[in-house]
Amino acid sequence: MMQTLDLKSLSLREVNSNLQGSPQKIDWMIKNPMGRHAIAVGLDNSINVKIDGSVGYYCGGMNKKANIVVNGSVGPGVAENMMSGTVQVKGNASQYAGASAHGGILIIEGNSSSRCGISMKGIDIIVQGNVGHMSAFMAQAGNLVICGDAGDALGDSIYEANIFVIGKVKSLGADCVEKKMEKSHKNLLKKLFMKAKIDNMEVEGFRRYGSARSLYNFNVDNANKY
Amino acid sequence: MCGIIGLFAKQKPIENRLGNLLGDMLITMSDRGPDSAGVAIYSEKESSLIKVTIQSEMSETDFPNLSTFLKKKNYSSARLKVNSTHAVLLIKQESARTALHDMKLNFPKIRIMSIGKNIEIYKEVGEPESVVERFNIRKMTGSHGIGHTRMATESAVTTLGAHPFSTGTDQCLVHNGSLSNHNSLRRGLINGGISFETENDSEVAASYLTDKMNNGANLRDALKSSLNDLDGFYTFVVGTEKGFGVLRDPIACKPAILAETDSYVAFGSEYRALSHLPKIETAKVWEPEPATVYFWEHR
Repeated sequence: MMQTLDLKSLSLREVNSNLQGSPQKIDWMIKNPMGRHAIAVGLDNSINVKIDGSVGYYCGGMNKKANIVVNGSVGPGVAENMMSGTVQVKGNASQYAGASAHGGILIIEGNSSSRCGISMKGIDIIVQGNVGHMSAFMAQAGNLVICGDAGDALGDSIYEANIFVIGKVKSLGADCVEKKMEKSHKNLLKKLFMKAKIDNMEVEGFRRYGSARSLYNFNVDNANKY
Repeated sequence: MCGIIGLFAKQKPIENRLGNLLGDMLITMSDRGPDSAGVAIYSEKESSLIKVTIQSEMSETDFPNLSTFLKKKNYSSARLKVNSTHAVLLIKQESARTALHDMKLNFPKIRIMSIGKNIEIYKEVGEPESVVERFNIRKMTGSHGIGHTRMATESAVTTLGAHPFSTGTDQCLVHNGSLSNHNSLRRGLINGGISFETENDSEVAASYLTDKMNNGANLRDALKSSLNDLDGFYTFVVGTEKGFGVLRDPIACKPAILAETDSYVAFGSEYRALSHLPKIETAKVWEPEPATVYFWEHR
């Protein structure tokens, strides 16, 4: 059953409370988002939500279980702090997509700008285009898959997490190094593409980046630098 | 925070609606900057006349008196188009210098907001919607325009602290961000003979660019050199007689979005600012790259 919520006639709070209290069987369609902020945040049920147009800040933030599709571009902080579920963006994403997210999968069909996956804590992010500078900054867990190029300082101060890139990497950030692509990593990548229903990507050609773990402990030789 | 916008018309129908579209864009950015708002609009040139936008807190007495004064002093070509607290003084280029000097001596409360062939600036404190209404911005036409909604951080909420800042002929700047080395830059510029109206950091950025251009740089090179000399956070939109340019600092934490169709180029702090524009659904929409100069010019 499909129900439509129109942001031209309903307030943002009305739209979000409809979604938050929704029974599982309803599929929702949000009309006229007009770049508004915080659409479909805090959902905690396995419902399908389609947003017909571009949105502003924090769309799908704190998502749990819901499957959200944005038929347009998203502003800063899409799917920030997501716990589980899916957020799929048909257009481009602005800064800090998937920031601090603990789980679920974020698929961006276009480009994602700076700080994609900043402080990620277990989310899987697949960007089908390019990512901007400082992506996966201080990443802690999860996988960031980049099917295009990466900007400056990729994986700066990364703790853990995998970064997979098929295109060019402009530069690596502090403590981020290229690592061997083992069979297990190829299998993991295959699984991620299956999960995201992306069938036009080969895992061959992807390189893996991660933490050199040299910033884990203070190095006394650096003491005079402070 | 602050909201900034820009609209560059590629076709006549957009020129005719420029003020109306800019008005909508400005109002959607109200919650990014509720303190004050302003626009610079590049409208029709008047042949052989220059436009001087002036402002006065005592506009009700100052402007009629100025009109009489100019007539008495035999500036016969001078015309004053009053618009609320602002007015556009149209005057022959050759008599402008002496007329403005006379005005300064006799009307100390009148401030010059901009000078140029086509630039007009309107800015005031208050909600963006009230500013749009006060100056009837929706009725204005022009080839391009930029605007700003202000949430003050660096200096007081006053008319002069509002954006856009114009520091050179037909030049203006709107800024979202904060500069951390504006005091030392200001001192350097003052030593070079430039005077300042406010304590505002964005006025320093505008003066910096004007200074570079006065020394022979074009806008693209002036913007490029600011990447080395300005410290802090910024997204700039800079207007000139012929077009506008966009620059974000290398960290690029201040939001920015561009859209282009066959009939216009638009800039907004957020997509919301662009959401009312014609055919935005099919426009090319993208986020400008950090430390990269973008520029559009009318031929």
